[in-house]
Amino acid sequence: MTAQAPLLIHVIAALIGAVYLAWRFQRIQVSPALGGMIGAAAGAVGSAIFMLPLNYCTFESERSLIDAVFGVLLIGIGMALVVLPVDALIRSVVMRRRNPNMGGTAQAGAFKGWLLPIVFLAPTLIVLTLFLYYPSLDTFRLSTLLARLGARRTLFVCVDNFTSLVSDGDYLNSFVITIFISAAIVVLGLALALGIALLAYQPIKGARIYRTLLIWPYAISPVVAGVIFLLLFNPTGGIVNYALDNVFGIKIGWLNDPTAAPWAVIIASVWKSLGYNILFYIAGLQNVSKDIREAASIDGANVAQRFFSVVLPLLSPITFFLVITNMTYAFFETFGTIDYLTGGGPLNSTSTLMYNIYEVGITNNDLGKAAAQSIVLFALVIGLTVVQFRTSGNRVNYGA
Amino acid sequence: MATTTASETYPADYVEPVRRTLLPERWYIHAALWVICLIVGFPLFYAVLVATQNNSNVYAYQFLPGDQFENNWNIVMNLANLGNYMLNSIFITVLVTAGKTILSLLAGLAFVYFRFPGKWIVFGFVLVTLMMPTEILVIALFRFVNSIGWGNNYLALIVPFIASATGAFLFRQHFANIPAELSEAAQLDGANPLTFLIRVLIPMSMNTIGALVVIQFVYVWNMYLWPALIIQGQERQVVQVGLRTLVGADVGISFGPLMLGAVIASLPPVIIFVLLQKQFMSGFALGRDK
Repeated sequence: MTAQAPLLIHVIAALIGAVYLAWRFQRIQVSPALGGMIGAAAGAVGSAIFMLPLNYCTFESERSLIDAVFGVLLIGIGMALVVLPVDALIRSVVMRRRNPNMGGTAQAGAFKGWLLPIVFLAPTLIVLTLFLYYPSLDTFRLSTLLARLGARRTLFVCVDNFTSLVSDGDYLNSFVITIFISAAIVVLGLALALGIALLAYQPIKGARIYRTLLIWPYAISPVVAGVIFLLLFNPTGGIVNYALDNVFGIKIGWLNDPTAAPWAVIIASVWKSLGYNILFYIAGLQNVSKDIREAASIDGANVAQRFFSVVLPLLSPITFFLVITNMTYAFFETFGTIDYLTGGGPLNSTSTLMYNIYEVGITNNDLGKAAAQSIVLFALVIGLTVVQFRTSGNRVNYGA
Repeated sequence: MATTTASETYPADYVEPVRRTLLPERWYIHAALWVICLIVGFPLFYAVLVATQNNSNVYAYQFLPGDQFENNWNIVMNLANLGNYMLNSIFITVLVTAGKTILSLLAGLAFVYFRFPGKWIVFGFVLVTLMMPTEILVIALFRFVNSIGWGNNYLALIVPFIASATGAFLFRQHFANIPAELSEAAQLDGANPLTFLIRVLIPMSMNTIGALVVIQFVYVWNMYLWPALIIQGQERQVVQVGLRTLVGADVGISFGPLMLGAVIASLPPVIIFVLLQKQFMSGFALGRDK
């Protein structure tokens, strides 16, 4: 790699940042030249936040094309991380200057003194810094290393831990399984919960008893869900197969057939999270029940039409929230269920990304690779949340 | 009131706007709800039943309580030592839940009732952590906690979890809705912020506190991956990991003791949930009003 290459990267990044912010500034009628200057600085800084710690290693001549592409991706992400917040910050400052009344904060009734709030916040901030922020940053550092627990020496391997994932069969398998299991948990879980909530939210006799009887699985742990379904789905003595055999004459290899095992995890997880979902849908339906009642008077609309044209749109903020929380549950919390129910098997058919991280990091003691997989999983969660927000966020009905 | 105004605009032949919900109340709603409650409850009900049986009862699909409860209890408590795991879990969960509630109340107080430089940055700093699941940090956290010598120590299960972005955010939202006149009056009376918190804010926040206690208790009680990594040996282990000893690696599973263990391990969070159910639900309803 030539000595000028790093400089070239930042110059290009600065140009892109300058053009973008100049364009954004023009749209809110602020000098584009100022935008260009701020954008150039932001672009240059953004392109450096991953490249400087990595020492531009992705563009070394002996590295593969995948590494270089990944390097460009990192530059892009770094720029977005700096340029977009700067843009948002300046826009909000400009807007506040133009209407000083906006964003009036409820500062009436404030106590005097600046030391006391610092004392009140100190424990929270110290714990978050030491046990959340520091490990987060350390995860990024670890992901560029070949590191083992108990071994003092580490080896810098650039982005190998990331780019090797592309050709890692076990990892790609985990990826597909995670998407499948998560999608099934979200879709089945929310559909069932909404159906049940539609029955249970109404002011009928004994409503409170029904709700308690429906919501309690919220308090059950993923581990206990795994343990209980280990009994229900067991090949010998499992009551689910006993019932299926007697009624339909079929037996399913819930825990030893690779096509059925993911469903065992899905069913156990849907059962465990059902109470939580029902709770939120009942709260949501009660908030909009007046609108639903009014909708009942729409001439000639039948129950199905009313449901799809009135109830579902009114519930979209809650559905949006529940999709995110259920997805997070499926990604992370199913670990306990899987560990007791299937142990990731049979034939890795229930080895989700989180389970894979555990296997790679703890069982195989490859901390760098596990850290890299953690970061990809984190990016996946953030990415899906943003996509969700973009696609349904705009249509979400916040009027309720 | 709103219903009355709305019904005035309806055609004259339109009657009973209140009764016409999406699905009218009929006996079949009750029937459907009972069936659903039974299906939802079946896994736990069956687990309770099996907790009194041995494996030959299970394999014979005997749907009546067995006579093995005492035997299973002995295995669970004396051989697997589940009582010790339960005490560890209770100790940790109570401390973390109490600590989280207190720290969140203080953070909410600082965010709403004080002016200090950089407040929005500090709030952002706390809020961003909502998006950082501990599971993702587990590898780095494991290295860090071991490096400060907390491996295999209760502190590793308590301190990292004692701050809560959820709680700080929940109380901030709740306090911001409380009229400013109250704190002005308290200041006129010469009350200091802590007196104001204890005498005025906390009594007004019981639902939010109840909701937070349920969420945190269930969350901490159900932790599995982190204690499994950081705690070696049985002495300080929590019950979610301790259940492992009942699965038994090579001899095959004895379902009776395993189910008894699972039921015992579920009792504390379920009891807390049922006791605080009212606060939990209205605490959430409050949060959703905005």
